[in-house]
Amino acid sequence: MADVSESTREMKVIVFQLMDKEYAVGVEVVESIEKLISITRVPKTPSYIKGVINLRGVVTPIVDLRERFGMEVKPLDDTSRIIIVSLEEFEVGLIVDSANDVIDIPVTSIEPQPEVVGSIESEFISGVAKVDKRLLVMLNLEKVLLPVKRVTTDEI
Amino acid sequence: MDTNQYLEMFLEESKEHLQACNEHLLELEKNPEDLAIVNEVFRSAHTLKGMSATMGYEDIADLTHKMENVLDAIRNSKISVSTEILDIVFKAVDDLEEMVMDIEAGGTGKKDVQELVTALNLIETGNSAIITPEMETAASTMAIEPMKQDAPFFHYDDYELTVIGQSKEQGFHAYEISVTLREDCLLKAARVFMVFEILEKSGEIVKTKPSVEHLENEDFDEVFTIVLISNEEASSLEAKVMKVSEVDRVDINHVMGVALPMAQKPAEIEADSMATSAKEPVKETVVPQKGRRATNAHNANKTIRVNIDRLDILMNLFEELVIDRGRLQSIAGELHNPDLNETVERMTRVSGDLQNIILNMRMIPVETVFNRFPKMVRQLARDLDKKINLEIIGAETELDRTVIDEIGDPLVHLIRNALDHGIESPAERLAKGKPEEGTVTLRAYHSGNHVFIELEDDGAGINKDRVLQKALERGVVTEEIAATLTDRQISELVLASGFSTAEKITDVSGRGVGLDVVKSTIESLGGYITIDSKEGQGSLFQVQLPLTLSIISVMLVNLEKDIYAIPLSSIIETAIIQTSDILNAHNQKVIDFRGSIVPLVNLKGIFEMDGAQEKEEYQSVVIVRKGERMAGLVVDSFIGQQEIVLKSLGNYLQSVFAISGATILGNGQVALIVDCNALIK
Repeated sequence: MADVSESTREMKVIVFQLMDKEYAVGVEVVESIEKLISITRVPKTPSYIKGVINLRGVVTPIVDLRERFGMEVKPLDDTSRIIIVSLEEFEVGLIVDSANDVIDIPVTSIEPQPEVVGSIESEFISGVAKVDKRLLVMLNLEKVLLPVKRVTTDEI
Repeated sequence: MDTNQYLEMFLEESKEHLQACNEHLLELEKNPEDLAIVNEVFRSAHTLKGMSATMGYEDIADLTHKMENVLDAIRNSKISVSTEILDIVFKAVDDLEEMVMDIEAGGTGKKDVQELVTALNLIETGNSAIITPEMETAASTMAIEPMKQDAPFFHYDDYELTVIGQSKEQGFHAYEISVTLREDCLLKAARVFMVFEILEKSGEIVKTKPSVEHLENEDFDEVFTIVLISNEEASSLEAKVMKVSEVDRVDINHVMGVALPMAQKPAEIEADSMATSAKEPVKETVVPQKGRRATNAHNANKTIRVNIDRLDILMNLFEELVIDRGRLQSIAGELHNPDLNETVERMTRVSGDLQNIILNMRMIPVETVFNRFPKMVRQLARDLDKKINLEIIGAETELDRTVIDEIGDPLVHLIRNALDHGIESPAERLAKGKPEEGTVTLRAYHSGNHVFIELEDDGAGINKDRVLQKALERGVVTEEIAATLTDRQISELVLASGFSTAEKITDVSGRGVGLDVVKSTIESLGGYITIDSKEGQGSLFQVQLPLTLSIISVMLVNLEKDIYAIPLSSIIETAIIQTSDILNAHNQKVIDFRGSIVPLVNLKGIFEMDGAQEKEEYQSVVIVRKGERMAGLVVDSFIGQQEIVLKSLGNYLQSVFAISGATILGNGQVALIVDCNALIK
């Protein structure tokens, strides 16, 4: 098994809720957590792209994670939050039901995903962390946020 | 002395002066008789020499010094301008540029300039035995000594007296030079300028009467007086000043026995129109130079360097401010407090100005790239033994800084290509009945959301058969494809990699690497390059570049609840049409617009919005165009025209259909910009 340093190593994650499950992303990719602000719809994009917002002068696309994961769509409410994540090439806001926590989890608690994890496509998941009694689904943001190339081919 | 803190300033200014040298030398080559241009170059070189000596860059100082001597000889008509001399001077400027670059890159700015110095010396001595030794002293302008004249009495303040006193101790003379212009003198300011110019070379001007401002505004009669500190004799100064036309008389007097500061009554000083304050004289010796430079159209802009990221941050922060301003406005509107309203209005105006400044800050004229081309073309033309005239049009066209930084090299490639492969040798040109001198035109202009840079030459054009044959030989295209290519496509094969049409590979261009690099660089900037060539008549390379971050004027329109922006550059006009006027052609709705049939595009339909506008009696239509073709975009309503900042949707949303970008409106909302080009097939 892992040695001592490995077992004590921890990572900080932001925990958020979608439906009845808790998900986590590393705190290092999270730029900020915003309350809902007005979103401008962008036509002809996949339905999970809610549009773009003005994030302090930067036009930032917004992805509804529920739709991205094919979950039941829920109207936005007061607890809804936008988690702004910054990947190498771009920043994207993720709409989540609520942002719950920032916690440290031991790296060793992260296990590969079980064969069946609900309805979410397994490629989006990088692992599952069990902390106390909570089960956190670690997201593979690179996969979740594959750039949207030309969506429709109306060029003809 | 620790000069580090001045290094950046030194670098900036050196570059400006070198650029000025280059420009003026090119001008001089066209008008070898115009000695005023020599003066300009001389002044730049002189300043450069002073600066570099101060900064401890001896090689630069040496070289500029020699260059200066040659220029001085030219100026004094001791030698006449010839291409050979200019070649060497150009070479010297090149070397200076190299040294400055080296310093910028952290080097020592040292370079073996012996050869050039010798060459310059040869020119200088070969054609003119003695370069006046006084020139040398004058060049290293130093402080000097005073005298007195009776006519316009001068009051000296302590500072001036000290300067005069000190320079006397060092063996300089101080003169009061009273210059009388002819009564019928038309350009008094110009004559004053010339006199100043001459005297500044001989020494240092301590003060003038009337003051420099007055002199520049021609706010004096015929006589003006200059206090000069110099080590030259009064007679030689007089002779020099008398050379200026329309000067009637020059009286030179020594400033006498450093008039006692005590004797100076404060009241007199006040009465004296010019000695406004003790500090002024210091300024005055500087101001005249600046002032006169400003009158020279070629004055280079003073600049500071700012990291472009900072500008981005500034802009984003400012937009936040604008949003708050919008909120404040609406609050003020509700409260009806006159004071508040007034303040908000003021703030609105000020922030409007601020916005313009910030937006324009990232834009720089394409001139910064273009201005190095004339010299390059000159050099290449000589290397290639061709006669070429480069015309630059639209150098003031502004482009985003990031684009400017990238297009330099591709343009160099294109120009080299045009000179090497495009323009024929003079003999060939004459044989073809063309003028001996080839013309290469470099043109920049804005059109739509793009900046176009065109390079047109009247050379041989592209030989399509040969291009096609080469392309086949090199496997750039296959026979089948080749058969289907249009003329334009064939021309554009020269942009393919591994292609070189020149039979003889020269070191100017033609290794077949240039043009495909050009193409990929331009495409990486989101631009296009097209070639239009007529064999025997010349080629036109057109580079189309996007205004990445730029301000554009748009028409804001409503579609349901959303606001969309349509670039004004694409709009021909807006119209409100009756629904009954809409005709059906096959499945396409069209309208008859000023005699032409214009297809209608239902934006809501395209953008997959619902809404039954058919029921309405009138419809708002924006007529847009792409090239020759037009289309009418049906919208819900017009909001108005506005200047906006083009923002990209980012890398996550790549190429959304019919949307070219986004912008942030005053209320903080994001509005999408419609890409009309995508809507017109």
